Amino acid sequence: MTTLDINHGGDAKANRPYHQTYTQASHFRSKDEEFDAVKIGMWLFLATEVLLFAGLFVGYAIFRMMHPEAFANGSHYLDWKWGCLNTIVLLFSSWTIATAIGNAQRNEQKALRRNLLITIACALLFVGIKLTFEYMPKWSGWFLSIDPALSHYESSKTALGGMLHFVEGYGGKRPGSLFDYPFAENPYEPMWWSIYYCATGIHATHVLIGVGLISWLYLRARKLHFGPGHYNAVEIVGLYWHIVDLIWIFLFPLLYLIH
Amino acid sequence: MTTLHGDIHGAHGHHGGHDHHDGSYLERKGGMIATIIDWATTIDHKKIGVMYLVAVLTMFFVGGIAAMLIRYELIDPVTIAQVDGASVTEGTRLAALFGDKDMSVAEADRIYNRVMTLHGAVMVFMFIVPGIPASLGNFLLPLMLGAKDVAFPRLNLASWYVYVFGSIFGILAIVMGGVDTGWTFYTPYSSSHADPGHWRVVFMILAAFILGFSSIFTGLNFIVTVHKLRAPGLGWFDLPLFVWAMYSTSVIQVLATPVIGITLLLLVFERLFHVGIFDPALGGDPVLFQHFFWFYSHPVVYVMILPGMGIISECIAVHSRKQIFGYKAIAFSSLSIAAISFLVWGHHLFTSEGELAATIFSALTFLVAIPTAVKVFNWIGTLYKGSIQINTPMLYTLFFLFTFSIGGLTGLPLGALATDLHLHDSYFVVAHFHYVMMGGTVIAFLAGIHHWWPKMFGRMYNERWSMFACVLVFIGFNTTFFTQFFLGTRGMPRRYASYLPEYQTLHQISSLGAGILLVGFLLHLALLVGSLIAGKKAPANPWGGLTFEWEADSPPTTHNFHHEPIAKHGPYAFDDVVPPHCDPKDYPLADPLPEGAKAH
Repeated sequence: MTTLDINHGGDAKANRPYHQTYTQASHFRSKDEEFDAVKIGMWLFLATEVLLFAGLFVGYAIFRMMHPEAFANGSHYLDWKWGCLNTIVLLFSSWTIATAIGNAQRNEQKALRRNLLITIACALLFVGIKLTFEYMPKWSGWFLSIDPALSHYESSKTALGGMLHFVEGYGGKRPGSLFDYPFAENPYEPMWWSIYYCATGIHATHVLIGVGLISWLYLRARKLHFGPGHYNAVEIVGLYWHIVDLIWIFLFPLLYLIH
Repeated sequence: MTTLHGDIHGAHGHHGGHDHHDGSYLERKGGMIATIIDWATTIDHKKIGVMYLVAVLTMFFVGGIAAMLIRYELIDPVTIAQVDGASVTEGTRLAALFGDKDMSVAEADRIYNRVMTLHGAVMVFMFIVPGIPASLGNFLLPLMLGAKDVAFPRLNLASWYVYVFGSIFGILAIVMGGVDTGWTFYTPYSSSHADPGHWRVVFMILAAFILGFSSIFTGLNFIVTVHKLRAPGLGWFDLPLFVWAMYSTSVIQVLATPVIGITLLLLVFERLFHVGIFDPALGGDPVLFQHFFWFYSHPVVYVMILPGMGIISECIAVHSRKQIFGYKAIAFSSLSIAAISFLVWGHHLFTSEGELAATIFSALTFLVAIPTAVKVFNWIGTLYKGSIQINTPMLYTLFFLFTFSIGGLTGLPLGALATDLHLHDSYFVVAHFHYVMMGGTVIAFLAGIHHWWPKMFGRMYNERWSMFACVLVFIGFNTTFFTQFFLGTRGMPRRYASYLPEYQTLHQISSLGAGILLVGFLLHLALLVGSLIAGKKAPANPWGGLTFEWEADSPPTTHNFHHEPIAKHGPYAFDDVVPPHCDPKDYPLADPLPEGAKAH
């Protein structure tokens, strides 16, 4: 209400972009004070995010300790190469959004928009890979794998000189009651899948929220809302995006690499 | 609007969307519909505080009705008598009230369980957790800091809407027939699949989950506000102790609430997809749920009590007209309570966790007693040689010292393993936490409402009648809950609709007390509403307080202050500062001199 008075200052200001005419909300004494406040607020929110996922990590640790075989058996079905690719995708997107903040500070409008778009694309790519190559095959049907170690799962076709395998889906590896019990090789394996789907599902939801936020940044960036005088939103969404990345950095080894 | 730190970008004269700078925040902006829209879209922390006050007191009323129903059922035990060869159930009062008098005992028990859950869930999640911070905290924190608003006003409004949205989910679960899991949602009560109350339980859990967000929003807002929006010259040790208490509360809200968030989310998944993390039937661990639940719910006990302690610190200093004793000790004890609160959750699981864990948690639990007792001793030290004015806030403050001390001290036998084995899950526990939650928080809330009522609404309440209502509440409260200590030590277990005949006298005394309590609260409600209609106009500083909120008008203007206040003295420097706007005739009951007596 108080921050969107774009034409507040009359004609002289009307022709200048928003980030140059921006003044802080009326209860702050200066723009710097507002910027600090917004950043502290975001860091506190990030603390809540860490604690939210902490619950899942503690659950993981306890059930892993109680049923190590079930967890080893379950993680065996995850393809670390897709996980690794997704890690690279997210790390790259963290770099692009960090660069976007720098672009806003230096008033590089074109690069800012480009970097925001790349970040959105990476986020969508992450979710796409997750759905297409990780969730779907575990539910049913055939899927594409780049992991030769999985070729003994009745792989019937290969492509690109053995680089790609079409593998029959594992089916039944779904969360909770959707789990097909005949597939369980260990009585506690359904729990592994529950934790896997809860952790990665809640993380993927955060990625999608990030897509929404960064799209909002992009739309505002097109209206020249961000620049050296004002880039609060880019800064704090950037922080949010880093925590989403960071959580994946922990999920990836815990789920895919430890056997 | 003068600012010391105005910058070149034009902080001066930028008033945002507010229209009236010098009018009271309560001033109506046109007709009925315009006023409603104005309130519904307001980002003014004072209006949001008032909106929260109305909302939480409404939920207090709903939870209170459930409490009265519980006491109504417990007036006599459920018995099965043989009349003419047929067995007749007697004493199922709720079943008779809700229709079928000849209901089976099991069904009557189910009604009782729902009413009990309703009381617990509404009182905890919708009343006492948001209660003081969201209503009085929202209204007072920026005023006490000399700020115009909280750091994120729109987030503040969002938190109110989230609160209402969450409460609607809870009410929906109740209207659909209620939930019988207890407010703690322990698995497998909350996770068993065959339960026909499937969606009701999901809604109740979602309600608690959503309410958590409103709690986080408020806490986050307050922390940033205290860090960034203090008036010039207002250092950390010049802050009123209410602000220290709110700050400590906010730290807990921000750090504990996400854990209940993930726990409740997993519980919803448990019900919808049967993920099996907490459900023992699927290999899950119900004790893990208890750990997760109390990792939040124990710290949140201090979210309930710390704001109350803050109110008591204010009231005791202002109404004793004396520098608070041990300012820093009280301030740091708030922070240390917040820190220790995260280490003691295991004392809710003494009978379900391992012996070593129980021993460690028992030892840690006793640590909480230290900062808490530091506060109580300092309050009593403040009273010593103060010029105490007995009025409603002060009466409630003294009432608090009495009941809260009983509540605190009866926590010690529950924290000690050997005595807890005898007392756990008995009425002793019920009495203990009601002495802390109600004898502590609710009483402090009432002290605060009366202390700041003139500031919030610009009207004086009727002092004599309010003190009478306070006495009624005191008598009613102690009659209701002191008896329950005896019930507990004699072995009456909690959460049952029926009991052995030998407990009946004590139960009836307790129910009688609940009736007195109800009358006291209704009298308060009538007096407060009456004061809005016919109360005397309140001066800016009716009690002679020294904190910033008393420099503002009563009620404050939209922008809180005519000039940004500057801290020139400590918040409790009553020894050498004349309070602003202070006129001896503004003290309604202070030192009423007899006719013909001479003031010296």
